[in-house]
Amino acid sequence: MDFGFSISPSSTINLDKVDFTLYDRLCEIEPDAKKCMACGSCSATCTAGPWTGMSVRKVILGIQRGKESEAAKMLKGCMLCGKCTMVCPRGINTRHLILSLCRIYGEGEK
Amino acid sequence: MKDNIVIVGGGIAGMEAAHQLLLLGYKPILVEKSDHLGGHVADWHKLFPDMSPAKDAVKDLAEKIKEANIFLDTEVSFINRLKNGYNVMFSNGVNVICKAILLATGFDLFEASKKEEYGYGIYDQVMTNSDLEHWFNTGEDKRIKGKDIKKIGFVHCVGSRDIKAGNPQCSKVCCITAIKQAMEVKEFFPDAEVYCFYMDLRLFGKKYEDFYIKAQMESGVHFIRGRVSEVSENINGQVIVKTEDTLSGKPAKITLDLLVLMSGIVCNKQAVDTASLVQVKTDSDGFLKSKDNILNIIETDSKGVFLAGTVTGPKTVPETVAEARAAALAIHNYLVTLK
Amino acid sequence: MIYQGKQKIWSDYQKEIPDDHWYFVRSCIRQNFFPASEKMFSVITKDVLGKDIYETPYHTTCGGIAYHSDTIPQETVMTIVARQFALMTEAGYENYACSCITSFGNYAEILETWHEFPELEAKIREMLWKSCRREFKKPKYLAHTSDLIYKFRHEIASKAKFHLVDHATGEPLRVVEHIGCHYAKMFPHKGVGGAEYPCVLSGMIDSWGGQVIDYPERRHCCGYGFRQYHVKANRGYSVSNTHKKFESMEPYHPDMIITNCPGCPYFLDRWQYVISEMEGKTYGQNGYGIPVFTYEEVAGMVLGFDPWDLGLQLHQVAVEPLLEKIGIPYNPKTKYLGLDGKDIMKPGLPSVLKCC
Repeated sequence: MDFGFSISPSSTINLDKVDFTLYDRLCEIEPDAKKCMACGSCSATCTAGPWTGMSVRKVILGIQRGKESEAAKMLKGCMLCGKCTMVCPRGINTRHLILSLCRIYGEGEK
Repeated sequence: MKDNIVIVGGGIAGMEAAHQLLLLGYKPILVEKSDHLGGHVADWHKLFPDMSPAKDAVKDLAEKIKEANIFLDTEVSFINRLKNGYNVMFSNGVNVICKAILLATGFDLFEASKKEEYGYGIYDQVMTNSDLEHWFNTGEDKRIKGKDIKKIGFVHCVGSRDIKAGNPQCSKVCCITAIKQAMEVKEFFPDAEVYCFYMDLRLFGKKYEDFYIKAQMESGVHFIRGRVSEVSENINGQVIVKTEDTLSGKPAKITLDLLVLMSGIVCNKQAVDTASLVQVKTDSDGFLKSKDNILNIIETDSKGVFLAGTVTGPKTVPETVAEARAAALAIHNYLVTLK
Repeated sequence: MIYQGKQKIWSDYQKEIPDDHWYFVRSCIRQNFFPASEKMFSVITKDVLGKDIYETPYHTTCGGIAYHSDTIPQETVMTIVARQFALMTEAGYENYACSCITSFGNYAEILETWHEFPELEAKIREMLWKSCRREFKKPKYLAHTSDLIYKFRHEIASKAKFHLVDHATGEPLRVVEHIGCHYAKMFPHKGVGGAEYPCVLSGMIDSWGGQVIDYPERRHCCGYGFRQYHVKANRGYSVSNTHKKFESMEPYHPDMIITNCPGCPYFLDRWQYVISEMEGKTYGQNGYGIPVFTYEEVAGMVLGFDPWDLGLQLHQVAVEPLLEKIGIPYNPKTKYLGLDGKDIMKPGLPSVLKCC
């Protein structure tokens, strides 16, 4: 029966149901991904950021919260310029992190 | 015959000051209201950032002050000001005429049950940081013993930076303590997932940032920036924690087997009463008032009364020990000028 | 759960409720949703307990629905409430009891506002005089009618013919209590037990023999929310909140729900039908739902009044399985017979939710 309205899903992130397989796989290839403290230096210097919404910080956060499809979409905007790697205060090789993620996503598609 | 000095409080501040005064040739009188020396540090397990055992630190200090006059299970009943000193009356009937008093009465932990929404004392699996240290030392706590603990959470800033809890200041040491306890608890439960819910991570001290990196890299601790809004209990006795994940801008929810609340440091109420006997007032943050907050924390406006340790505000162990030594030297210099 | 911890918090928020001489006002929508509830309150307090409860036919709505739906400004609401207080003053009472939770929140908010801004109170006095030549005094005590039933719960328990127990096994019934948001969430010290753990309904359940269930979404709003329901496009938000509550209480298998607000029992009851049609899921046993009651209906049930005199036939979720569980006798044939035995016709039955 159509009532004209339906039950809306909750926007709460249910951390019990987050699937960490992609994050764990990333940490195997690039263990420094765990060091990220979400300071935002990468997003601040990102060349593509203001135009494509790309932000390494948001990509890592998305994977940690189970929002993998959004993270994958954002990665397409990266130009691999390497400015984020230059400024990361924790010394994470963000370029390697992005390329590893693309490779993992590619593995999934196969 | 050297002058008498009364040290109120047998914690590490009082003990280190007594040690230094003994080296300078005095015989200080140390009075402690509980039945053991060491104060709060005696109840803890390991001290950051080197993870040295707290018991050893307290034992070393206790060894060094064997020659001092130590009264345990004793409190200060009354203090009378004399022309050039004080007449201190203890609860065991002893009267001492001294030239200087050192207040090293330490701190109280914030009562976590005051934050009703976190469920301390209401839900089974909620404990505080001091309960967890007790478990590290003794292995006895019905919240952990014999339970299958797969997910643990740490809530930072319970009772600190919180005007509604009556405590606007930061308790300084809880962030590093939370990370230390997160790593320690992960050693006991290696398969567990550990979460820290923080507002800001205040890791100001020597090697603290490396500690944080170690927690992230080796222990895999998850850090979620956001306040915990509500804790409730599900049918299995686990706690459901609702928090705000500020970095993603959405609320988050997680089921945990154990929740540890980082209770903050508040001023010792009894100390305020004792201090008022010598006209030492409280500062605007609730702790005792020093002569000058920058260059002279250990002196007060009352002649011959000195302060050391957390009685003036939250401090780490090395800072407390340093202040105790400074206080001992200041007392010595003061007594020399009196002559 | 450590019960003593909750007891300690309840004891921190105690409210003074006078014993007698109350001025009673009804709710606008409760007469339609729960026809006998307000009548039951009068019957229980006046006839069974012998208290002085006064009611005047000249009182109006408090304006709460319109105010919270953002259709009238605050000064209008305050003048309406001022007239209500004027009627109370003329009748010579100073204790004000209202039947609706939204009213209670509305009155509490207005009294607080007048306390903080006395110039606004003076302005409203002037407006009331200009509009209907009345003057008022502020009530000395403001209570919700559930506070009064809470206060007299032990007397009701002593006169009770039935208790909230399964009469076959002797086990206490598993009861979920739901408190309207405007009761204690706005001003925690105005509710018995505070905002986190209000005990006005759990106190009643305990003294009448039931067992209170504590489930994770206990304090979650039912989702009525005035504009969330009155505007059809927003109704999805309203039903989602109730759905969240039911999903959370399901593992505990409650036997019944007791509420003290006009909107909450209506929505907790009716949304079970909507959820069953949308998702095909029911939350009670054997395809029935979980029956939802107001506290006056429960008080009437334990005191032995006929279930059909309490208006239980207007509930969507069937109450018969629960009546059988408690052992309250009822006549299924008289269910749809009104006053003087007049046939008031049967409603159609839903397709998924089992009803009698």
